[in-house]
Amino acid sequence: MSWEVVIGLEVHCQLNTDTKAFCGCSTEFGAEPNTQTCPVCLGMPGQLPVLNTVAVDKTILTGLAINAHINLESKFDRKNYFYPDLPKGYQISQFAVPIVEGGYIDIPTKDGGEKRLGVTRIHMEEDAGKSMHEGLDAVSHIDLNRSGVPLMEIVSEPDMRSADEAIAYLKQLHQLIRFLGVSGADMEKGQFRCDANVSVRRPGEPFGTRTEMKNMNSFRFIKQAIEFEVLRQIEIIEDGGEVVQESRLWDSVKCESRSMRSKEEAHDYRYFPEPDLPPLRVSQQEVDAIRAGMPELPGQLRKRFEIEYGLSSYDADVLTQTLESAAWYESLVAAHPADPKRCANWMANDLLGRLKEAGKELSESPVSAAHLAGLLDRIADNTISGKMAKDVFEAMMESGDDADTIIEAKGLKQVSDSGAIDAIIHEVMAANPDQVAGYRAGKDKLMGFFVGQVMKASRGKANPGMVNQRLNELLKG
Amino acid sequence: MPYSSLSDIQSRLNSGETTAVKVAQLYLDRIAAFNDTLNAFVHIDPAHVLAQAEASDKYRAKHDARPLEGLPIAVKDIFCTQDGPTQCCSNILKDFHAPYDAEVITKLKEAGAVLVGKTNMDEFAMGSSTETSAFGVCRNPWDTNCIPGGSSGGSAAAVAAALTPAALGTDTGGSIRQPAALTGITGLKPTYGRVSRRGIIAFASSLDQAGPMTRTVKDSAMITAAISGHDPRDATSVADAPAVDWLAACESRDMKGLKIGKPKEYFVDGMDAEVRASVEAALKKCEELGAEIIDISLPNTEHAVAAYYVIAPSEASANLSRYDGVRFGHRCENPEDLLDMYTRSRDEGFGSEVKRRILTGAFALSSGYYDAYYLKAQQVRTLIQQDFIQAFEQVDIIATPTSPIPAFRLGEKTDDPLTMYLSDIFTIAVNLAGLPGLSQPCGFANNLPVGLQWIGPAWREDTVLSAAAAYEGATDWATRSPAAFGGES
Repeated sequence: MSWEVVIGLEVHCQLNTDTKAFCGCSTEFGAEPNTQTCPVCLGMPGQLPVLNTVAVDKTILTGLAINAHINLESKFDRKNYFYPDLPKGYQISQFAVPIVEGGYIDIPTKDGGEKRLGVTRIHMEEDAGKSMHEGLDAVSHIDLNRSGVPLMEIVSEPDMRSADEAIAYLKQLHQLIRFLGVSGADMEKGQFRCDANVSVRRPGEPFGTRTEMKNMNSFRFIKQAIEFEVLRQIEIIEDGGEVVQESRLWDSVKCESRSMRSKEEAHDYRYFPEPDLPPLRVSQQEVDAIRAGMPELPGQLRKRFEIEYGLSSYDADVLTQTLESAAWYESLVAAHPADPKRCANWMANDLLGRLKEAGKELSESPVSAAHLAGLLDRIADNTISGKMAKDVFEAMMESGDDADTIIEAKGLKQVSDSGAIDAIIHEVMAANPDQVAGYRAGKDKLMGFFVGQVMKASRGKANPGMVNQRLNELLKG
Repeated sequence: MPYSSLSDIQSRLNSGETTAVKVAQLYLDRIAAFNDTLNAFVHIDPAHVLAQAEASDKYRAKHDARPLEGLPIAVKDIFCTQDGPTQCCSNILKDFHAPYDAEVITKLKEAGAVLVGKTNMDEFAMGSSTETSAFGVCRNPWDTNCIPGGSSGGSAAAVAAALTPAALGTDTGGSIRQPAALTGITGLKPTYGRVSRRGIIAFASSLDQAGPMTRTVKDSAMITAAISGHDPRDATSVADAPAVDWLAACESRDMKGLKIGKPKEYFVDGMDAEVRASVEAALKKCEELGAEIIDISLPNTEHAVAAYYVIAPSEASANLSRYDGVRFGHRCENPEDLLDMYTRSRDEGFGSEVKRRILTGAFALSSGYYDAYYLKAQQVRTLIQQDFIQAFEQVDIIATPTSPIPAFRLGEKTDDPLTMYLSDIFTIAVNLAGLPGLSQPCGFANNLPVGLQWIGPAWREDTVLSAAAAYEGATDWATRSPAAFGGES
């Protein structure tokens, strides 16, 4: 009998505001510990929070991008728990009435279709600080630079039915957030972290007991953790046991999860309305203005690229991974409008492939869109062959020079002069009289031999189209 | 001179009859003479007080005097000040020095006031008698065996015994008005949102409000004028609060045609007969002055204390979580682990009343009880607000006793928290509704002062001040002072 997997995800995404959620401290990553703090984010007596409206706008933008409802009046609540890196002893969050509710994300399915995954809510909250235990000789230190940094918590419906679907959802969300420019979403810096709620059931039965895998920040680990947890739960049930509701931590070194705390030990957060902040009110006009400023989203861009440039859905998908790559492609097409498909092939296969090998971002590419367009122009006007273009491209990646400079320097200019080509053909014919005779006697297959010889004699520079054409004419005598 | 009002001292300073330094020295001498008896001040730095006074005299020599130029004002130990410790009369904040001034402290300084020192209070403002202070009980100048009320008992006693002409208090459930009543002075709690709470150590954020404790109504107006105003760094400070001409409100002391509501729920069986008689007499006086007394009802009053003792502890339980021994304040010796550090630091640092309220609040907010307690209390709060809104459709202002009883004896109620909580029975509803309230002296019961409470509609401090000023002008209660401390009667 088969098992059905049920997954719901909670993503914590750090908003890329200049200042913290409730004070004017900088949010910049990597500063000396406790240098970006003030009495407010340190939770000093008598200090009060004042809401950063940029964080509000970015959360609304994200809500609009997933087709969600924006609550024109939402509220802040206190989530109470003790931890040394939580200065006030509570976190300001949105519990009862979040700013964003409903919405969805579509993920591609294997059969080429789409599956719609529900988003329950997005709420705003502040981050806690960071505890540091390692290498400190049994003493723990606290860095409160992160205390009060604004976060969005994006909570999905339990709609995922496999680890692959969960990862697809996360990747879509991650891409969307970067497109919107609301977060760097750098997973290594903890700007995009995920908790996964996992349970299994027999198809058609009610939800099983779930466990929560906490605080993961790598797609690979999230997939491993979910797959591990699914097998663990199935094994427990098949052995006649019961899954315990608990929070678990993924150990990426040992590739296993371990219990963090059980339901009985779970916190009672004692949520209640934050009395230091009035209800958050936004007007429909403000929401409309944010909607009007929304950039083209990945799904729209992908479809437009397919229609406008005639790209395959695969190429369109690769080129729209980031707003930057889409923009790069569009400037490439603008500089070489004759062949958008050739542009796509070169950018997707050659450029992005090479950058990935070198571990570089598109922004660090030695070859600009204008330079790549220059190379494609030389292929189009037969200055060089497609094959030679690969070598030129390599040289461009090395030196950063433009195509013409390299073609000139390496003497790679394709020979398209019919006189010169005729001269080479005559030489080849003179050197191979038997083959000429054979061809003329009807051995058509020898054509390939002559083409090869001519190209070799020209050191690859002869225009292959012209070589074919002239051979046809001259061999016939 | 010691029992002079702020405005009297101001005119003497303006005429050159005295100097800020002389005034400061006079009160410093009285503090030196009487504070051991009263324990009204918990921190005083005479040299710093005189330095401020000197600076004020120099300022006055060169510029136009500012609104509170050279006037001594004491502040409750709940206000963060860069100078001296801010301890909220709690061991958990023992020797805490705030690196910032509360917004109201900044405003007092900008107005030229001379800050006298920190006054005693119930620990974290939790109490109605100033007996929960970690720095010892405070005494009532009218009878030093009695409590001065709370939680701003130190400010009240200091003003009543003329150790300072004026002081700041905070009022969460009556903590300005009740001690003002019990010590025979005037205390004003402004409309919630009128005065910034930034830098005031939070007890219950949705209820706390700072205000003046003074000898006269006009003095309260002078101080409120200086400390009120929008603070962009306090999101609950109201940006477009209706303005009040504070001093003009006190000048227009005419009660003719004023409709005064007399809520039947505030004149109940069980209250002290002399208190009742004093307040009834005060209302009669108002009638003679041309006011119309209208019997009204505030039907949800009976639930106010219960709602308050759910809401205030709930907010307090969260507000006091930051005192955990991690970053500042008291930390226990040699903690075994994190939990041990939290529990012992808090156990050692907090007094029993604070612990009682933290536990009450945490319980009221805990899952499974939230709906029955916290949510229900908030619903009651809404009903109480509606009661007042309806009442103010009929009347301009409401008058009640401030406290059902005069000052009780030290220790009399400390073992019975529920009876103690009833001390605030007539003041609490005003905080739940966020309204302005003022207490002024209106007589004596058992030779102890009785307070008359005025409650106005939101933002109508002007109505409150003009009624109180009219009553004050027609009676002599505000001029009485305790004989044992050099008073005239």
